[in-house]
Amino acid sequence: MAHAAAIARDDHHYTSTGLSSWKVGFWTFIGSECLFFATLISTYMVYKGRSIVGPYPEEILDIPLTSISTFVLLMSSLAMVLALDGVQRGSRRLTLVWLGAVIVLGAAFLGFQVYEFNHFVHQGLTIGTNVFGSSFFVLTGFHGAHVAAGIIWMVTLWILGARNRLPATASLKVEIAGLYWHFVDVVWIVIFTLVYLIQ
Amino acid sequence: MSEATTAAKANSSVHEDAVGLWSWITTVDHKRIGIMYFLTSFFFLFVGGFEALLIRIQLMRPENAFISAETYNQMFTMHGTTMVFLVAMPMAVAFFNYLVPLQIGARDVAFPRLNALSYWIFLFGGLYLNSSFLFGAAPNTSWVGYANLTSLQFTPGRNVEFWIIGLSILGVSSILGGVNFITTIINLRAPGMKLMRMPLFSWMTLVTSFLLITALPVIAVALIILGFDRFFGANFFEVTAGGDPILWQHLFWLFGHPEVYILILPAFGIISDVIPTFSKKPLFGYPVVVYAGILIGFIGWGVWSHHMFTVGLGPIADSFFVASTMIIAIPTGIKIFNWLATMWGGALRFPTPMLFAVGLVAVFTVGGLSGVMHASAPVDLQQHDSYFVVAHFHYVLVGGALMGLFSGVYFWFPKVTGRMMNETIGKWHFWTTLIGFNLTFFPMHFSGLFGMPRRTWTYLAELNLETWNQLSTVGAFIFGAASLLLMWNLFYSWRKGEKASANPWGAATLEWSLPSPPRHYNFPALPTVRSREPLWDDTERQEVEAVTHAEPAEEPHMPSPSFWPVVLAFGVALTWILLMTHTWWMPLLGLALVAVAVFGWAFQPAYR
Amino acid sequence: MGALLLMASLSACGQEYLQSTINPVTDYGEATHRLYVQVFWWTMLILAVVWALLAFILIRFREKPGQGRPKPVHGHMGLEIAWTLLPALIVVAIVIPTIQAVFQIQRPPEGDVLVVEVTGKRYWWSFHFPELGVTTANELHLPVGRPVSLRLESGDVIHSFWVPQIGGKRDVNPVVMVPEGREPKRNWMHFTIKEEGVFWGQCAEFCGEAHSLMGIRVVAQSEEEFQAWVDDWKTPAPTAAGPQVEESGGPGTPTSVSGSTSAGGGSPAQQDSPAGMAPPEDPLVARGRDVFFRESYCVLCHAIEGTPAAGIIGPNLTRFGGRTTLAAGMLPNTEENLIAWITDPRGVKPGAQMPGAQYTVTYEGQTFPPLNLNDEQIRALAAYLSSMR
Repeated sequence: MAHAAAIARDDHHYTSTGLSSWKVGFWTFIGSECLFFATLISTYMVYKGRSIVGPYPEEILDIPLTSISTFVLLMSSLAMVLALDGVQRGSRRLTLVWLGAVIVLGAAFLGFQVYEFNHFVHQGLTIGTNVFGSSFFVLTGFHGAHVAAGIIWMVTLWILGARNRLPATASLKVEIAGLYWHFVDVVWIVIFTLVYLIQ
Repeated sequence: MSEATTAAKANSSVHEDAVGLWSWITTVDHKRIGIMYFLTSFFFLFVGGFEALLIRIQLMRPENAFISAETYNQMFTMHGTTMVFLVAMPMAVAFFNYLVPLQIGARDVAFPRLNALSYWIFLFGGLYLNSSFLFGAAPNTSWVGYANLTSLQFTPGRNVEFWIIGLSILGVSSILGGVNFITTIINLRAPGMKLMRMPLFSWMTLVTSFLLITALPVIAVALIILGFDRFFGANFFEVTAGGDPILWQHLFWLFGHPEVYILILPAFGIISDVIPTFSKKPLFGYPVVVYAGILIGFIGWGVWSHHMFTVGLGPIADSFFVASTMIIAIPTGIKIFNWLATMWGGALRFPTPMLFAVGLVAVFTVGGLSGVMHASAPVDLQQHDSYFVVAHFHYVLVGGALMGLFSGVYFWFPKVTGRMMNETIGKWHFWTTLIGFNLTFFPMHFSGLFGMPRRTWTYLAELNLETWNQLSTVGAFIFGAASLLLMWNLFYSWRKGEKASANPWGAATLEWSLPSPPRHYNFPALPTVRSREPLWDDTERQEVEAVTHAEPAEEPHMPSPSFWPVVLAFGVALTWILLMTHTWWMPLLGLALVAVAVFGWAFQPAYR
Repeated sequence: MGALLLMASLSACGQEYLQSTINPVTDYGEATHRLYVQVFWWTMLILAVVWALLAFILIRFREKPGQGRPKPVHGHMGLEIAWTLLPALIVVAIVIPTIQAVFQIQRPPEGDVLVVEVTGKRYWWSFHFPELGVTTANELHLPVGRPVSLRLESGDVIHSFWVPQIGGKRDVNPVVMVPEGREPKRNWMHFTIKEEGVFWGQCAEFCGEAHSLMGIRVVAQSEEEFQAWVDDWKTPAPTAAGPQVEESGGPGTPTSVSGSTSAGGGSPAQQDSPAGMAPPEDPLVARGRDVFFRESYCVLCHAIEGTPAAGIIGPNLTRFGGRTTLAAGMLPNTEENLIAWITDPRGVKPGAQMPGAQYTVTYEGQTFPPLNLNDEQIRALAAYLSSMR
């Protein structure tokens, strides 16, 4: 009975696994996002080499440039790890510096994407040109949209941090944002490999 | 009620019996959300049923023109789309919502506001989809919407737009719901409620939820790329640019086959709780039934091209899918044998829930076996796209899924409303359903065998298909009347039904230890569970009821109501709907509303 | 249920089911039918077992008054294994012949194969014999006893070619363009017909408004009759081109492509008379020919062998009068029906893509003006078309 009473007091926070429901739920959501991107990537792969007219990938994809933007995105993941560490240590300074870095690097990546899309359009590759254009822009476009959403999320956290509302006890929020950010980065690695590197 | 509890109630910011429309719009209580899901899906059952009756009247005579061909094409498209997405799925979700927390010993789901969001998105999506009728542009390319029929070139107009947007909206609802229930079941089970002690219904909810979060994203992408073709001139299905319409079929059925398991597993779960109750015996082979369900979920990902045996994928692909499809019949059969073995040696009683459960076993078997016929690809070359398939899937979906859901309605109505459903009306409902259903769909095996393709507005008189069609039409009206009986029973019993005790059926699982209906916080304190049938062991039952029947010293603090879910749902729907303006920037306005709602939600504490 | 089944089989016996899937006339159809019968009996066996068990259980284990709680039995490994293994064995018994049949029916035939290029378009079928140079529509003449290979291709959306007595259906897909150096993919159907007759079929993949009225007739004939049909096709009907279209030829003017000795006869008046004298022609037919070639734009879409008409958008109308149906199997080919069709195709067949006498049709982005024909012209036109048997 005492045990039951103890649970009654604390069952607000009782979980069967000891994990935060937020974490479990978010991992589940990531699972569905994996399927989402897997389908988009598969569609791209199905149409690889099947465009009837150009521009073709080998003519237009700029690997050196995209390697730089990939590196930038990777570094943003590193910054994310450091930002979480900062929060967990309770250091407002470290939190803001590294969250800021995530934002800047993420925005830089998006900048590269915008530049690339623009450049392609000027070279005659649009979503309606061929199946490469269709599958490339939709795949990388949705990825970019996910990065953009992540940046908005990070800016929100940064503002919270600036207002001293990200103490160590709130580290779960940053951890989950980090999960999202790393996921988006991993998706990019797969895209970079399959779209750019392996042609 | 003691003074302490009255005081506790006054202090609680949640009103237990809050009334009024606003309390329902802002509710985050899984029980209320479950009721809303049920009533909405029940309404759509009659919408879809009405569409079916129009189809059946048109087909009553050869070369009939009761409705035009264009209207007919809208009818069968909307009948299928409605029944799958607006009836079968949400009605199952209604059960997930109401029961899972009660069965596993939780106060609510893991994310109550997300739960409400799922409901409102579903409602807006369903209303939007049906609003297409007001514009005379209801979707008309069948519930599978094959490319390239759905391209702008071959089906201009708004019909396909309504379909793409409507389904995309509904998909969001399902994915979020899946996330919610997986988290709930994994993380919020009461002490001692190991996974292998959970009621079967909660287990099937878990498997179904995994299928939802993995299958819906696939059709989301399919709809997105079709949308890009139509709205923005992309080439995904444009053959002159190298686009392949068959890609649509692959993507659709990669979703579509897990989808049919999403439709049937909840019903299997329901009868796996009902049959033991009315046999007075525990479920035979519980772990095997669980693993069979999980196996069906997994293998269900590997059978999709059995819907494509006529497409010309080649003998190797065809053979693979023959094998995988036949294999999936095995775990399904295992479940049926375990249900039979549960009843064997039991003390069987047949109130209405049990009638429907047994009916499922009898009728689903017919549908499952016609499925085995389809699994043999060369045989399927005759049966595919004929009324034989229509017979098959109605046997498994109506005889299976719907009868299972009806069993659940009769079983858990007392828990939800505190009243028993009327047994006499119930029995009439069951028998007229059984007769009407079989009269409608059994003849379709014959019309299919004798060469009647599906999705056909009419047929030539010389084909001699009239008698079979007439039988089906008569049966359909009987089936329709039977469903009206259910409506009457629900309404009558809610008003005047006999009062129900906590456990009128003598069932075994946790939800039956709570009053009928439960208090808004479900459990005063979380009980500890020691077995699969906690209420069938006297000692355990007493321990559990000591906890569940107690008055709490302090009313448990429950999540507060919130209007952000309905606002966000509106924003989500609006974003998609603004695509109909054929501009890329109007949907951004919808996204702006989404952003506002997300922020409002994120900064509103769940408990206030 | 038993009464229903009995009723069904009794009524089935008296009826003729023109699109029956269980009355095959080809080797292809027979192969799949044999498999069907096997699978059918396996499923009936399983159904009988399950229903028998269920019936027994429902009666035997009804709760009796005063009965206590039955003994709880949680499971039995042996039973689980049994009812896993036994169905698995049945599965194997079905899968093996199935896979054999899958490969067998998709294997291209050997020997003297007759190839037909089938093109499905909304809502009719074009049949082209590449080795014979023959193109016809909706009614497919084939010889009995010779291997036939149908090459299937769509001119628009996905259709499906289904003549149940021939055998299972195969989808008719639009040809996906492929980059240079690759082969575009098309579906094939292979069979050898074993008996003469007319076999009915229809499109079996939903393709739009008139999907249910996109019928097929397969006319299976002896080798001689088939050859005669081919010869007829290649020899223009006596009334096809008539006098030179530039001249206003009257009756008695020698035809430019006369010499018809076809067995696919016309009226006695149209038989060749000796010494090159052209037979007297029905004035309505001549009028109709004028309508066809000069007073409307039929030749834009239709072709008639041996005449200047060479349109490929619509069905080939060579020897149209000899076909048993019009509008893709929808109606018997009578002059009356033909008049109704030309006057108002969409009134006859909702969704038809042929422009009407007085209304336009927008066919996939292109707008076709009305045929601009009055009743008199249409009657003549019908007479002309019907005269070419």
